Amino acid sequence: MQNTKPHTIIGALKSAFPHTLPVMAGFMFLGTAYGVLMHSIGLGVGWTFLMSFLVFAGSMQYVAIALFAAPFNPINALAVTLMVNARHLFYGLSMLGKIKEAKKFKPYVIFTLCDEAFSILCATNPPAGVDSGWFMFFIAFLCRWYWILGSLCGAVLGPLITIDLKGLDFALTAMFVVTLLNQWSNKSNRASALIGIGCSLVCLLLFGPDSFMIPAMLLMLGVFALFSNKLTEGRMGP
Amino acid sequence: MTILAGWPLFITLLFIALGTMLTRFLPFWIFPAHRPIPIFVRRLQLLLPSAAIGLLVVYCLRGINVFTGSRGLPELIAIAAIVLLHRLFKNTLLSIAGGTAVYMLLVQLVF
Repeated sequence: MQNTKPHTIIGALKSAFPHTLPVMAGFMFLGTAYGVLMHSIGLGVGWTFLMSFLVFAGSMQYVAIALFAAPFNPINALAVTLMVNARHLFYGLSMLGKIKEAKKFKPYVIFTLCDEAFSILCATNPPAGVDSGWFMFFIAFLCRWYWILGSLCGAVLGPLITIDLKGLDFALTAMFVVTLLNQWSNKSNRASALIGIGCSLVCLLLFGPDSFMIPAMLLMLGVFALFSNKLTEGRMGP
Repeated sequence: MTILAGWPLFITLLFIALGTMLTRFLPFWIFPAHRPIPIFVRRLQLLLPSAAIGLLVVYCLRGINVFTGSRGLPELIAIAAIVLLHRLFKNTLLSIAGGTAVYMLLVQLVF
C-alpha cells in the first residue's frame, strides 16, 4: 500500500496545486456568475450545488438554464446535452493513452474531464517521485471543487449583487479564445486549429447556429482522416 | 417566464448529468486500455485538442448576425482586446477578465 502513505498524498497535492491556480481564479469568477444566473431565475443554493456537483460542465450548465425555463422534456434535454458536450468525445480520444497514469482514479478523472481539467492534464506530468495517480486525482478534484464553491458563492451572494451583469457570460468565450491563443503559440497546433475553426464556420453557414456542432465535428474527422498522416508528420514517436 | 420545479426539474437535471457523463466515458469504453489504439486515433490525439477549442470559439459566437443589431461588433472588439492583452501580458486570467469587461461595457453602454 505504498501509494496511500500520507506523504505520497501531500506530495501529489503540493505539485498539482500550482497547475490549477488559473482554474481556481477562472472558476471562482465563472462559477459565481453561474450561481448568480441560477438565482436570477429563482433556483437557489441546493439546485446550484446539484448542477455543479453532478453535471460539472460550465457551458452546459448555462445552456441548462434555458432548458429549465422551457416545458418539461427530458429527452430533449438529453439530446441538447449530448450535442453541447459532444466535444468531450474529442477530449476522451485525446486522453486514451494518458489516462492509464491515473491508475485507480481513472473513473474519477474521466468523470471530471472538463475543458480546463483536460487542458491541464494533457499538458502536464508529475515531477519525479510524485505518484501520477494522486497527481491527476488532485488536478481533477481541485478543478471540480473550485467550480462547486464558486457557484455556491454566486448562489449565496446573488441576492446582494445589484450591478448590471449583462454580458458577463462572455467570460466563457474569452476563456476559449485565450485557450486557443495559448495553443496557437505552439506552431504544430496551428494547422489543426485552423481546420477546427474552418470546418465549424462552414457548417455554421450551412446548418445554422442550432445544429452545426455535430456536422462540424464529422467534417473535422473527415478532413483529419484524409490528412492526418501529413499533419502529424514527425510527431508520432516510435 | 415559468421555471421547472420539483421532480420535473430534478429529472431534467439528472438527464443532463447522465448525458454529460456519457460524453466523457464513451471514448474509454469504445477503446479500452487493454486493446491497442488504432493509428488514426493515435494521430487524432495530437490534432483534436486545438481543433476542439477552435470549434468551441465558433460555438460561443454562433448567435452573431452580421446584418442586424450590433452586427457582432462588441464581440469583435472584445476579442481584439483579448488578443492584445494576451500578447502584452501573457496572463490567462487578465486576458479573460479584461476581454469580458470590455464586452460588458460595450453591450451595456455603447450598443
